[in-house]
Amino acid sequence: MTLASALEIFLAMLVLASAIWTITARGTFAAVVGFVTYGLLLTLVWMSLSSVDIALTEAAIGSGVTGILLLGATARLEVTEKCTAARSDTPLHVVAAIVCALVTIGLAAVVLALPVPAPTLAAAAVANMPAVGLGNPVAAVLLAYRALDTLLESAVLPLALIGVWSLASDQVWGGRPGFQQQLDREGLLVFLARLLTPFGLLTGIYIVWVGADAPGGKFQGGTILAAMWILTMMAGITDCPPIGRLWLRIVLITGPIVFLAIGLAGFVVPGTFLAYPAGLAKPLILIIEAALTPSIAASLGLLLAGPPERMPEG
Amino acid sequence: MSYLLDIFTIAAVSVGAFFFLAGTVGLLRFPDTLTRLHALTKADNLGLGLVVLGLLPRAQGPLEALKLVTVWLLVLLASGTVSQLIGRAARRGSLLE
Repeated sequence: MTLASALEIFLAMLVLASAIWTITARGTFAAVVGFVTYGLLLTLVWMSLSSVDIALTEAAIGSGVTGILLLGATARLEVTEKCTAARSDTPLHVVAAIVCALVTIGLAAVVLALPVPAPTLAAAAVANMPAVGLGNPVAAVLLAYRALDTLLESAVLPLALIGVWSLASDQVWGGRPGFQQQLDREGLLVFLARLLTPFGLLTGIYIVWVGADAPGGKFQGGTILAAMWILTMMAGITDCPPIGRLWLRIVLITGPIVFLAIGLAGFVVPGTFLAYPAGLAKPLILIIEAALTPSIAASLGLLLAGPPERMPEG
Repeated sequence: MSYLLDIFTIAAVSVGAFFFLAGTVGLLRFPDTLTRLHALTKADNLGLGLVVLGLLPRAQGPLEALKLVTVWLLVLLASGTVSQLIGRAARRGSLLE
């Protein structure tokens, strides 16, 4: 056994251990911490499989954004959880455990049943890259070969946001999401927000831009931009805009609409939905990425900010 | 020359890994929040700093070396701030146990 495969086996055991720990953790908070750790370990697994794009996405969205969303949910559940803790859910747990075990066994059987070498479209994806004009095969898959999936993904974010906003009560509809307003008195967060935000914005935009030719892309970069926005809101430097603002709604839907419009235009020129005219693929993809990035960043930031809780003023 | 650089990398990364180990042991064994934070900063600051120092001769050019150092500086900034925030919360009593 080589050192590399020993390390991979060790990593896989760590992932399994953190997954089990997350399921069996007593408190919700501990389970969320376990989940974030699990995501970061998975990031290392993707790195060791040389899937840098997926590793970036797992770290940014799977572990980061989802972790913070779950932490927010934990804080909100704190009140009600004490009331339900006494109730026994053992039969439900047993059923869930059986179903999960069946899914795991099924997945393992599928993986083991794959012929060696496994069937792959990687060669075809790389062979057609010059036609798309991108240097990163993953970006070519996401924005050209399987653009429909990416279009649906980008449409899911506004829908999720509508779901969060629908939790608002009527009195505060159109108001600001509920972050603390006062400037951090001892200035710690203000210091961090002022120092880190320029670096974060630069890194986020760079990751979006480099995504055409190297690992990166709008979701990973947009997450970093959203994180910087959240940081400035938490420090009290900026306030979350009221969700009723027209400009905010426009920012949120511009990306999916531009994507959809370019997709529909594909009916006219090459003749199919989401097909790019020959020679125009690269510029159109760049337009889609540029339009989607602010929408993704704003959607993720507002998802984390939660439903509106303060009266709309004026 | 490259032989010496190899030894330097192995030594610096090993010492860095030792600080991570010591920091983890401290995190698990120390009695309260503030001492646990003290243990963690050893891993973040010294451990990562030594790992980065050991990897510098491996960098493919000054730009990559600069990126490595930037990663370390950003982690220093983030971990320092977070330690202060946790310490502040602990002093106010919500985390002391």
